[in-house]
Amino acid sequence: MKLGGAESTLFALAAPLSVIGALALLFARKAVHAAMGMALTMVVLGIFYIAQQAEFLGVIQIFVYSGAVMMLFLFVIMLVGVDSSDSLVETIRGQRWAGLLLGLALAALGLATIGKATFPAGTGLDRANSQGNVSGIARLIFGNYVWVFEATSALLITAALGAMMLAHRERLSERPSQADWSRARIKSGRNVAGLPAPGVYARHNAVDTPALLPDGSTSELSISRVLKARGQVATADKELAISQELEGETGDMTRRGNGDDK
Amino acid sequence: MNALASVTDNPVADFSDTPWWLSLIKALMLFVFLLLNTLLVIWFERRVIGRMQQRPGPNRTGPFGLLQTLADGVKLALKEDIVPKNADKLMFWLAPAIAGAMAFVSFAIIPLSNEVWMFGHRTPLQLTDTPVATLLVLAVAGVGVYGIVLAGWSSGSTYPLLGGLRSSAQVISYEIAMGLSLVAVFLYSGSMSTSQVVTSQKSLWHVLPMFFSFIVYVITMVGETNRLPFDLAEGEGELTGGFHTEYSSLKFAMFFLGEYVNMFTVSALATTLFLGGWQAPPGFAALGMNGGWWGLLWFFIKLWMFMFFFVWLRGSLPRVRYDQFMRLGWKVLIPLTLAWVVAVAFMRAANNGFLGNGQISLGFTDIRRSLLLVIAAVIIVVFAAAWAFDVRRSRAEAEKAPRQPEEIDPFAGGHPVPPMPGQRLRESRPALTGARTTTDPEEPRG
Repeated sequence: MKLGGAESTLFALAAPLSVIGALALLFARKAVHAAMGMALTMVVLGIFYIAQQAEFLGVIQIFVYSGAVMMLFLFVIMLVGVDSSDSLVETIRGQRWAGLLLGLALAALGLATIGKATFPAGTGLDRANSQGNVSGIARLIFGNYVWVFEATSALLITAALGAMMLAHRERLSERPSQADWSRARIKSGRNVAGLPAPGVYARHNAVDTPALLPDGSTSELSISRVLKARGQVATADKELAISQELEGETGDMTRRGNGDDK
Repeated sequence: MNALASVTDNPVADFSDTPWWLSLIKALMLFVFLLLNTLLVIWFERRVIGRMQQRPGPNRTGPFGLLQTLADGVKLALKEDIVPKNADKLMFWLAPAIAGAMAFVSFAIIPLSNEVWMFGHRTPLQLTDTPVATLLVLAVAGVGVYGIVLAGWSSGSTYPLLGGLRSSAQVISYEIAMGLSLVAVFLYSGSMSTSQVVTSQKSLWHVLPMFFSFIVYVITMVGETNRLPFDLAEGEGELTGGFHTEYSSLKFAMFFLGEYVNMFTVSALATTLFLGGWQAPPGFAALGMNGGWWGLLWFFIKLWMFMFFFVWLRGSLPRVRYDQFMRLGWKVLIPLTLAWVVAVAFMRAANNGFLGNGQISLGFTDIRRSLLLVIAAVIIVVFAAAWAFDVRRSRAEAEKAPRQPEEIDPFAGGHPVPPMPGQRLRESRPALTGARTTTDPEEPRG
């Protein structure tokens, strides 16, 4: 078989990219980098399919795998904040060796099976695509292999329903709406206008820095309790010092009479 | 049965007389077309929104303020490029590149018109077409979102991360509804190639028979492009700037450019799939103003109608809340579109004679009996569903409403008695009439 000029150029450019992506998946230290490496490999695979005139397969590969599946992965990684340090701890003793052994066994099984497989002579692209690429695939999916596909989809739907059942939680009472929260706040008389916002200083503005109360102490309520539990709360001392220095230069507005008091 | 056998899903656009250098010229022209349109639409948006808010909008730089965008762009490019300390440098750089580059890719498959003479060659006014061209747009959009998501993550701070998370969830859920709404169009035109879809709208634009798909597509295209009222990934009210909070200078400009080019892409796709693409509006085709270079004019007008719609939305609607947005996508758009696709599949099957060949004469035209039956069944199902929905809602409302205590007549036993707990006195007539300020002559007194 001979490659055309354009196709071999494409292969020479894209193949190294796919290998780089695959290696990044294995060796990247950050989980997001690994996920992006995998997404790159998937996109390049899709491009290869398109170059081999399997347009439908290639576009679906990019659309479904890199567009939806990897995006879900990325969503979870970003939401949970997976660290590379977590994955290096062996939770079950001997897990790594058992995993390696089982992996090798699976590879041996797969290779043995694939090695024995025989293929009939190819029908050729022209005949396969005689009714158009999409119609050809549709004929296979909804004709020859319709039961396989229906069984697979039933399995997937069952799995999705099972996941929903496991994650489902019955609500015992009505979910409080924004108005309900507001009413409850006013009734209790505490934090009627909502919790105080985190610190906004002359040269700093971040959610992890507490706001200052009028007497100069920091407000615990202005910081998210998640940050407090993680121990990620910054101190306001530096910002306070800067503010005081600035006030020293420009004069303190609270001491000098201004407006009507002047 | 034989109706489908002759249909092939390959594009009708013929690229055999298009040498590679002509493709290159067309690609370059598309790029310039999109850049110029972006310059124009930003000015257009600010002027129109200005009008809607009863102020002039930019009117100083150039005639009618036309050069305002250019001036802003130059200013943006000359600004300091800041990279935050906590940022992931590689991804921080890569994100705007992905967002900007991917925006341009999809326009390659949009047919701006049919065949024209260009530099001595007869070539379609379209860069390329494949049997799966429309899916390509969805795939490219899916990859383009990585730009936004990565921008949010790599900035290394909270608001951008939240914006990126929102954006990824938004795109996953709205691409499903968008893809489903397009399925009906594919069923109708028998192809996913854009040139084929346009050709199949020769007699009737898809917006009429596919009205429901059109509505769903228009809603999801606003969601896909992160435009108001669905710009939750930016949401300056709650997330300062969302995913691009930490970006400045040219990197920010790339996101800006990407957003506007994406608007053009989804609008062009809507034009192609639902409004007949480059086909002339009814009436003009008879004047010989159809196809060729005329097609570009019609396409341009339809495209800009959608752009005006985008601006109009931005000028009139407030931003929705995130949970409302997700509920709309998953609980309303996706199930309704699924039902719609099933209905359309049955209608197509009946129309193509899969459900029997009997014909019924309607006086002016013949129609298949099975098609009439399917349409009647669809209408009955829709009414039944609406009725069931109504009954359930009114029942839920009745349960929710505070129960009125039972009304008693205090004089029933001959002398007045106070109400028991759970009972309510009937208001006596004189008390009511006395409270009214206007006197009604027909109101009985006493």
